[in-house]
Amino acid sequence: MKSNLMKSKIILIILVFFPIILVAQNTIKGKVTVQEGGKINGLEGATVYWLNTNVGTTTNEKGWFTIGYKSEYKKLLISYIGYRTDTVEVNSNSELIHLLREDNELDEVNIKSHKKARFVSVLSAANVSKISSDELLKAACCNLSESFATNPSVDVNFSDAVTGTKQIQMLGLNSPYILITQENIPTVRGASQAYGLTFTPGTWVESIQITKGAGSVVNGYESIAGQINAELVKPFTDNKLFVNLYGSGNGRIELNTHFNQKLSDKWSTGLYIHGNNRSKKIDNNDDNFLDSPLTKQINLLNRWQYQNTEKGWVSFINFRYLNDEKQVGEINFDPEKDKLTTNAWGGKINTNRFDTSVKLGYVFPETPYQSFGFQTAYSNHKQDSYYGLRIYDIEHNSVYSSLLFNSIIGDTRSNFKTGLTFTYDGYKELINTTNYDRIENSIGGFFEYSFDNLDNFSLIAGIRADQHNKLGFFITPRLHLRYVPWEKSVLRASIGRGKRSANIFAENQQLFASNRTINILDKGGKIYGLDPEIAWNYGVSFLQGFNLFERKGDIIFDFYRTNFINQVVVDWETPQEIMFYNLDGKSYANNFQTEVNYNIFDFVDLRLSYKYYDVKTEYNSGSLSKPLTPKHRFFANIGVKTNENNNSFWKFDVTYNWIDEQRFPTTITNPIEYQKPKYSNTTNLLNAQVTKVFSTKFEVYFGGENITNTTQNNPIISADDPFGEYFDSTLIYAPIQGSSYYAGLRFKLN
Amino acid sequence: MKKYILIVGIALIALSATAQKKNAKIEFEVAGVCDMCKERIEKAALTTKGVKYANWNVQTHMLSLIVDERKTSAKKVQHNIAAVGHSTKEIEAPIEAYNNLDPCCKYNDEEVVKDHEKNE
Repeated sequence: MKSNLMKSKIILIILVFFPIILVAQNTIKGKVTVQEGGKINGLEGATVYWLNTNVGTTTNEKGWFTIGYKSEYKKLLISYIGYRTDTVEVNSNSELIHLLREDNELDEVNIKSHKKARFVSVLSAANVSKISSDELLKAACCNLSESFATNPSVDVNFSDAVTGTKQIQMLGLNSPYILITQENIPTVRGASQAYGLTFTPGTWVESIQITKGAGSVVNGYESIAGQINAELVKPFTDNKLFVNLYGSGNGRIELNTHFNQKLSDKWSTGLYIHGNNRSKKIDNNDDNFLDSPLTKQINLLNRWQYQNTEKGWVSFINFRYLNDEKQVGEINFDPEKDKLTTNAWGGKINTNRFDTSVKLGYVFPETPYQSFGFQTAYSNHKQDSYYGLRIYDIEHNSVYSSLLFNSIIGDTRSNFKTGLTFTYDGYKELINTTNYDRIENSIGGFFEYSFDNLDNFSLIAGIRADQHNKLGFFITPRLHLRYVPWEKSVLRASIGRGKRSANIFAENQQLFASNRTINILDKGGKIYGLDPEIAWNYGVSFLQGFNLFERKGDIIFDFYRTNFINQVVVDWETPQEIMFYNLDGKSYANNFQTEVNYNIFDFVDLRLSYKYYDVKTEYNSGSLSKPLTPKHRFFANIGVKTNENNNSFWKFDVTYNWIDEQRFPTTITNPIEYQKPKYSNTTNLLNAQVTKVFSTKFEVYFGGENITNTTQNNPIISADDPFGEYFDSTLIYAPIQGSSYYAGLRFKLN
Repeated sequence: MKKYILIVGIALIALSATAQKKNAKIEFEVAGVCDMCKERIEKAALTTKGVKYANWNVQTHMLSLIVDERKTSAKKVQHNIAAVGHSTKEIEAPIEAYNNLDPCCKYNDEEVVKDHEKNE
């Protein structure tokens, strides 16, 4: 009994005192100190925290803290910005005094934002490089075909010595194998293939996205080597008034004016006017032919933009009218008197084009990851031209329409796009007296799935099925993968199929500036007697960012291969003939490219690139490398931007290209004076530009093109006898024009 | 009687369905300073089961979510965001997670915050 009482007393005592014991052990007291000028002082505001808990506190003005304690708390974290965070092992609740040391590393963290004019997206699964408006300004002149001068992924070539047209290439393939879109509507295609890039003035372009390899199924089945999309300036964001004036020593004058007007908080409109003119006859190489054509262009664009962010609607309505006239040929050619005569060799290329398009987009306000888009575009492109005694007229009516729905599966890491595309292309084509009229139409559906784990892996897998009246029913699969194996690196791979009908004359229009006879060797196909072109493209790309001497840079390695299942072979290998026939055998294009971007000094960016091309086709005369395609190319670009002072600064930009020897198609059967060697010389090209920005409103620029004055000797074969059988201006590997200098100004008002 | 039960039953189901919306909008403030924070916060939110959409505004620090309320709650998301170092009014981030943040993301450091304001 007694002992029982005793027991209950003990229990009672325990029950009463235990909490007190607990309370006694419930907190721990300590002091955080730092060394300041040889003295140890308490540190106010330091954070003290138990590891893996929510229990924490901060120190008072003398550096003291009191923090809750349990026996399972073992590690105390003590931190203060600018000092190294320490973990202190605590085994008892005795008072603790801790000295924090300064963290030197933090002092070195400098957040410098350095805006790169061009970057390869690290996040996108596709190998997309973007050219921003900053970069576009580096090539002061003048249209889309000249916008790629500072981008090594796109090569600019010369098509012929008569029209002076610049041709772009990607992965060693000509521009018809690149899907060129304007705000995701295919534009430079069909009849506009040869000159279409010169019909978009540079100032209209807001940015350009270049996708190497297969591209997305959303924009169609035609892309094989890549996709180039140009975003145009938008009424809501473009300057209220913009004026650009340009003049060059070779007689080219350009004027660009933009007017943008906000009509309400939802509607905005813009009018963009471009005009260019070259009326000066120049023949520096004394071959009696104009070094570059006489040109006149009027180009008008009117855009309407609607934006209702609350309701989720956006819309664009565009109207564009273009008139372009070119005169080519002998210097004394007078179109009034000499048209289609042998008085003098000359030609005119007149283009009238009208475009209209409507875009409508809706984002569901309640579920912003869901949207649908509708776009439809109509264009009428009419080119009337003659080259010497050859007539080439083409009229192309085109309708493109697509409907797209975008949503997610689960969450926004997985999303998909699906929709329908409709196309109509009506061609009326006349070569001398032969008509090649045809209608192409297609309807197709697509589904594209993308996944991004928001960390180190993403993919885009797309498939489309199309029914086309000339190409039949076919499936187009495309896949892009992105993986980050380690820090600052990106590994990409892509595979995809493309199919297209070749517009043999529009795409190889330079042939008219020769007296080669045209031969189409196949008869059975549906397009000029030829079969559709089909190719697979495979690519691998690796990017590694680095910090060298505390400066940022990256290095890129790309390898792409295009393998043709069928190709319309364009055969220049017989001197007085051009032949078109279906591929019988192998045709491929291998491309390796390495590129280094490095910020060498403050304000100085360097870009170096080396490219290797191996492009081979099985011709009737055997397997040959593609003519006028160099094996090796080297590219260097230096951009300097000085410190901004009241928005005023200088920009310097220099681009150098070294181009390897190029194979001429054989001219062996020509008389000796009309023969070309087997290979051309190597070429060096140098361009430079200086811009002085005075304020946000006004800037002037001047620059030089082809400063080293590299030109091709005797670019035209048989220039002295242009109506003879050997006349040929298509074997061009270097500029016709020597160095030329230009100046311009830009004025902006907001 | 049976009819009434049925009607009430359906009404209750409908009610519970509306109370637990499939596409519910949630918004709360998350501490952070920069685009790197944005990536981290959105990733932590999106990897929470039931979160369909996440968008953190660098200027306002507001995180907008669309979630399936049957599968998740604001608290679960806040917990996951705290675990990667970003505090909300409801859940403070553990200090070691905060310390693991990149130096430019230390939103409690006035200098870092000032530096970002300068850049903007």
